[in-house]
Amino acid sequence: MTAEFWITQAFNGLSYGALLFLVASGLSLIFGVMRIVNLAHGSYFMLGGYVGLSVMWRVESFPLALAVGALAIALVGVGMERFFLRRLPGQTLGQVLLTIGFALIFQDLALLIWGGDPYSVRVPVSLTGVVTAGALRFPVYRIFILAVAVVVGAGLWLALDRTRVGAMIRAAVDDAEMAQGVGIRVPTVSLAVFALGSALAAVGGVIGSGFLGVYPGLDFEILPYAFVVVIVGGLGSLPGAMVGSLLVGLLDNFGKALFPELSYFTLFAPMAVILALKPTGLFGRA
Amino acid sequence: MERAVVAGAVAIGAAAAIAPALPSYPLTLLTQAAIVAILAMSLDILLGYTGLASLGHAAYFGVAAYAVGILATEHRVGFLGCLVAALLLATATAALFGLLAIRATGTYFLMITLALGMLVWGLAFRWVSLTKGDNGIAGVPRPELGLPWSLLAPLPFFYFALVCTTIAWVALGVLARSPFGLTLKGIRESETRMRALGYDVWLHKYVAFVIAGLFSGFAGVLWAYYNGFVSPIDVQLVTSVETLLMVALGGPGTLAGPALGAVVIVFLKNFVSVYTKRWLLILGAVYIGAILFAPRGLLGAFGRSPR
Repeated sequence: MTAEFWITQAFNGLSYGALLFLVASGLSLIFGVMRIVNLAHGSYFMLGGYVGLSVMWRVESFPLALAVGALAIALVGVGMERFFLRRLPGQTLGQVLLTIGFALIFQDLALLIWGGDPYSVRVPVSLTGVVTAGALRFPVYRIFILAVAVVVGAGLWLALDRTRVGAMIRAAVDDAEMAQGVGIRVPTVSLAVFALGSALAAVGGVIGSGFLGVYPGLDFEILPYAFVVVIVGGLGSLPGAMVGSLLVGLLDNFGKALFPELSYFTLFAPMAVILALKPTGLFGRA
Repeated sequence: MERAVVAGAVAIGAAAAIAPALPSYPLTLLTQAAIVAILAMSLDILLGYTGLASLGHAAYFGVAAYAVGILATEHRVGFLGCLVAALLLATATAALFGLLAIRATGTYFLMITLALGMLVWGLAFRWVSLTKGDNGIAGVPRPELGLPWSLLAPLPFFYFALVCTTIAWVALGVLARSPFGLTLKGIRESETRMRALGYDVWLHKYVAFVIAGLFSGFAGVLWAYYNGFVSPIDVQLVTSVETLLMVALGGPGTLAGPALGAVVIVFLKNFVSVYTKRWLLILGAVYIGAILFAPRGLLGAFGRSPR
């Protein structure tokens, strides 16, 4: 095991963690405000990738693929929240079954529309290529993913911490009833957070399709990762989602590289240890 | 006698009576339903009686199925050896997972059981040298019970499965009506009140979790023998969620209801997939419809409270 191996794997792990952050931050926020376990969140990621793919096929514009993907999936999320999930306040089991129902429908619709073949989005030429430093090689696209995650993370943090809307969201996360009492329109906040969360997952999907590809089953492949991030970091916590994503990205990469047969174990076992020590996750509050 | 008990006994009797007249396809479906009913009833102990929604209940089912698959094919272990080993392994898995999961409540419990279930799926999928990965373990032989009938034929195997289901139903029913079961119901209604009354809430939940794992494993043993094939599909998230749907659809906390839910889903799944490839679309709609229009389950939908 050379130093290059460790640096390359660490870099790959961090960039995968960056992608996970895009998916998990939305999941965590949605949970924080609405206490909804959304099993369709992986579907947003996959559908985002597929919509981005269709845009790229027609107009070859990566920024447009990102925008259209985010917008389309935000609409899907808003529809689910407004017309279905809102009817089941506080019914955890009902919400879970409802979102899994949607996940199954999305899976089948994606198969119907895009077929069963794996595709990958052709990324802009400016994002291809490799940065070399001595014997080390860093793909530009992975650096791009890291940059996007940093920008999104900083943006979310500023928005949550420094703006009025952010304060309203934090109030709704802390105590929805009290927030309602002081005049915050919690249902509107919920809807906005759901739109934001699903759009972020879709952005992750479009970006992820550049190196993971898009294929049937991607939805349920990414979902457990997003869940582990949120569980490890703490439900509803943005710093938790950041730390959790990087941790899960690194664990997954080193696990796959060092113990390929047990790679899920190396991901879930540390999660179990963290939970045993701190049941609410690293940054979660009871 | 409660109505649900009478209905359950009548259903078992009726199934046993019409089985010889059935063609082989419906008979295998009925066998499948009988086995899956055990899985649904075991989850009902957690969801219906204790109020714990587990998203990883297929884990113990899968662990037991894999144990049978590996022992019966590679080591030629007989029925009794496989049964004992698989049940022990499933129970041990549940005992371990329970330590992690029972501390959490509500949504956290849901997410932790989901992740633990995924852990088992990940091992089944990636630990290729043990589980053969995605290819699965094929050629699990039907058990030899030392009876005059070979379980190779569909009809004897159906009766075997039905007897097992009846045993599980009676055992879980006795459990649910015991003081232990009543305490579980109390915990479902109000954990704080039960704690104030001096009950060890953690221990009761934990024991319920382990027992549910044991019976889930029992269903897994039968499934491996029935299917002759064990693969990661048996432990995937969708299997766990489908079991939740069966319980929710049938009416949690009734045992007979979830068993009925299992029968409905097994038949629906197989019949619909004969006519259309869009089975997932329809199943998804069933989930959504069931939650929106029959939130208390099929038994609840007929106006009787399940309590």
